[in-house]
Amino acid sequence: MLHVVACIKQVPDTKVIKMNPKTNTMDRASAPAILNPYDAHAVEEAVRLKKRYGGTVSVLTMGPPPAVKAIKKCIELGADEGYMISDRAFAGADTLATSYALTKALNKIATIKPIDLIICGKMTIDGDTGQVGPGIARRLDIPPLTSVKKIVEINKEQGYAIVHRKLEDGYEVVQSTLPCLFAVEKEINEVSFAPLPNMIKAARYQPHIWSVNDLEDVDRKQLGLKGSPTIVAKVWAPPKPEGGKLLEGIPEEQVKQLIGIVLEKKELFQGKGGVQ
Amino acid sequence: MNFEDYKGIWVYIEEQEGVIAPVSLELLGAGRQLADKRGVELAGVLIGNRVKHLSQTVFEYGADTVYVYDDPIFEHYRTEPYMYALLDCCQKHKPEVILYGATPTGKDLASAVATDLPTGLTADTTMLDIEEDTGLLLASRPAFGGNIMATILCKKYRPQMATVRPKVMKALKREPGRTGKVVEERIWLREEDVRTKVLEIVRETTKKVRIDEADIVVAGGKGLESKEGFQLIHQLADVLGGAVGASRDVVEAGWIDHHHQVGQTGVTVTPKIYFAIGISGAIQHLVGMQNSGLIIAINKDPHAPIFQACHYGIVGDAFEIVPLLIEHFKQALAHLNEAAVTEEEVRHA
Ligand SMILES: Cc1cc2nc3c(=O)[nH]c(=O)nc-3n(C[C@H](O)[C@H](O)[C@H](O)COP(=O)(O)OP(=O)(O)OC[C@H]3O[C@@H](n4cnc5c(N)ncnc54)[C@H](O)[C@@H]3O)c2cc1C
Ligand SMILES: Cc1cc2nc3c(=O)[nH]c(=O)nc-3n(C[C@H](O)[C@H](O)[C@H](O)COP(=O)(O)OP(=O)(O)OC[C@H]3O[C@@H](n4cnc5c(N)ncnc54)[C@H](O)[C@@H]3O)c2cc1C
Repeated sequence: MLHVVACIKQVPDTKVIKMNPKTNTMDRASAPAILNPYDAHAVEEAVRLKKRYGGTVSVLTMGPPPAVKAIKKCIELGADEGYMISDRAFAGADTLATSYALTKALNKIATIKPIDLIICGKMTIDGDTGQVGPGIARRLDIPPLTSVKKIVEINKEQGYAIVHRKLEDGYEVVQSTLPCLFAVEKEINEVSFAPLPNMIKAARYQPHIWSVNDLEDVDRKQLGLKGSPTIVAKVWAPPKPEGGKLLEGIPEEQVKQLIGIVLEKKELFQGKGGVQ
Repeated sequence: MNFEDYKGIWVYIEEQEGVIAPVSLELLGAGRQLADKRGVELAGVLIGNRVKHLSQTVFEYGADTVYVYDDPIFEHYRTEPYMYALLDCCQKHKPEVILYGATPTGKDLASAVATDLPTGLTADTTMLDIEEDTGLLLASRPAFGGNIMATILCKKYRPQMATVRPKVMKALKREPGRTGKVVEERIWLREEDVRTKVLEIVRETTKKVRIDEADIVVAGGKGLESKEGFQLIHQLADVLGGAVGASRDVVEAGWIDHHHQVGQTGVTVTPKIYFAIGISGAIQHLVGMQNSGLIIAINKDPHAPIFQACHYGIVGDAFEIVPLLIEHFKQALAHLNEAAVTEEEVRHA
């Protein structure tokens, strides 16, 4: 029986986010909050492991109170338990402080039920650093395995896992001791539709919510803004590109003009194309 | 923490099977500028098995010093041994800045090292500068899916670390024969102490041109309407001897594999010529191709943002324009190559 914990985050949907052109800030209210799409794959994979080997799936998030919604989404996807750490003391955390706080919460979850495996998404769509997963693994002193695109085997009795890690030109098969942490690629699975009983369970589900006082051995200096070595000093809109020259005339003429322009770079084409 | 003790700019040299990742050479170029501005050394950190000879290349691309960890334990990249090597190097030689390529390996290693040191790590940087007097690294990066840029500082910790996107910095021109100091280092780690093992490596090499290395990229978007429509992009790329690129929406629609996706969450490309056909020009796409030499856009909507980002544009229907382009290019290239052949014959005669 495995206990898998998936770390998840609620994020603004960057696809629909609107920028305030005057202040160059994001209008967060314009964007609906969603479960980080990469984390849906993490939860899906955890649930698939539960089906394969038996066990429990917990999800953990750090965030403001509305992030409960993201946990409920995970219950819909098949997670059993949801944990949230939520406190002003965590606010403004960079990845170092985020991984610190999450590690303290994981330690507490482990006292309830020992953890065999932690699964994170590849990255989030707002901060999109991909640094939190490896950070948690280092703090727990377990092997971090990033770019995981397939889980071949989890063998709890013998204490190892075998996965495929994506490489630029293929993949590698890696064996690791358990417990360990995976950061998974999107291609690891297709997120399933939530079955009705899960939706009903999710609607009623109340996650465990902890404040900083509920965690053990916390050094407050390592939390939130105070515990964050990186500072966002300035936020600005990316420079707007200049805009190009639109070609004119009927399509034939436009195409001929364009070919003239392109073929000025003659050296690129010598020995290519044309001659069959 | 005494900042005075931390000196020099470092670049982690990513290597695979005896070949240095292009991004590491680009970072040596960027690192050289930072080092010169600060009046300090530029060093490369080279970790691998049988890699010592690569130091010469690292010097030729701008480094003054190379720290080498050469040991069979580093045969394949694994987080733990590589991390211990870098931590060891940091403790001994105390750099003020370390740059890593924002590749899967670079990000993995940098995240682990930052946590253990501990220090701040700026992700996916696309612009770098340094304050001459304080040595404060100004690392700027896109965030929120490219909607904004953020400048990130690490004021209170050293070294300052950043991962930097491939293809956004420029490598220096190689200076053959340029040399420097090789410092050989060791860590005492036994294979039994490493908790992960690489059992097998499976290469899935494609014969096709890699889009981040191609001189010409022909990229298509949702405007091609279907997988069948998208074939036009393949045809034009074939005629031009270029590689095929795509927007994310096309990849998500399953018309082409993710390797072809250009942009924020895909590949950054800098070809000499980039065609964007039926692509709207969302910011996340633009960040992946805006440094291309010549950008040509074809779109039926005159207000598509791509026209703001291109050098030349045609407002028109891809299904009309692209077949014309294919036909005319075929003819023009046949002429060009005939001419080239005759020139050559003349020279030989
Ligand atoms: C504009 C901007 C730029 C930033 N740049 C940097 C930077 O360069 N370096 C830096 O250190 N910080 C940076 N931050 C801060 C960073 O976004 C936060 O620390 C954030 O809480 C975690 O990083 P992430 O969103 O990038 O997560 P990622 O590391 O991308 O997330 C990876 C995985 O970790 C897990 N995870 C992440 N966050 C949580 C959470 N709160 N709860 C549970 N699981 C989680 C999820 O499984 C997720 O898929 C930046 C913030 C802003 C606003
Ligand atoms: C976090 C995040 C990361 C992202 N990363 C990427 C990324 O890496 N790469 C990327 O590309 N996108 C990325 N996106 C998605 C991006 O925001 C856009 O949704 C996407 O680029 C749009 O693709 P498109 O231009 O093909 O489609 P659309 O926006 O649908 O545009 C289609 C265009 O085709 C034109 N058109 C239609 N019919 C014709 C015709 N017959 N002839 C000529 N033109 C025609 C239309 O006028 C329109 O401009 C990301 C988004 C987010 C939120």
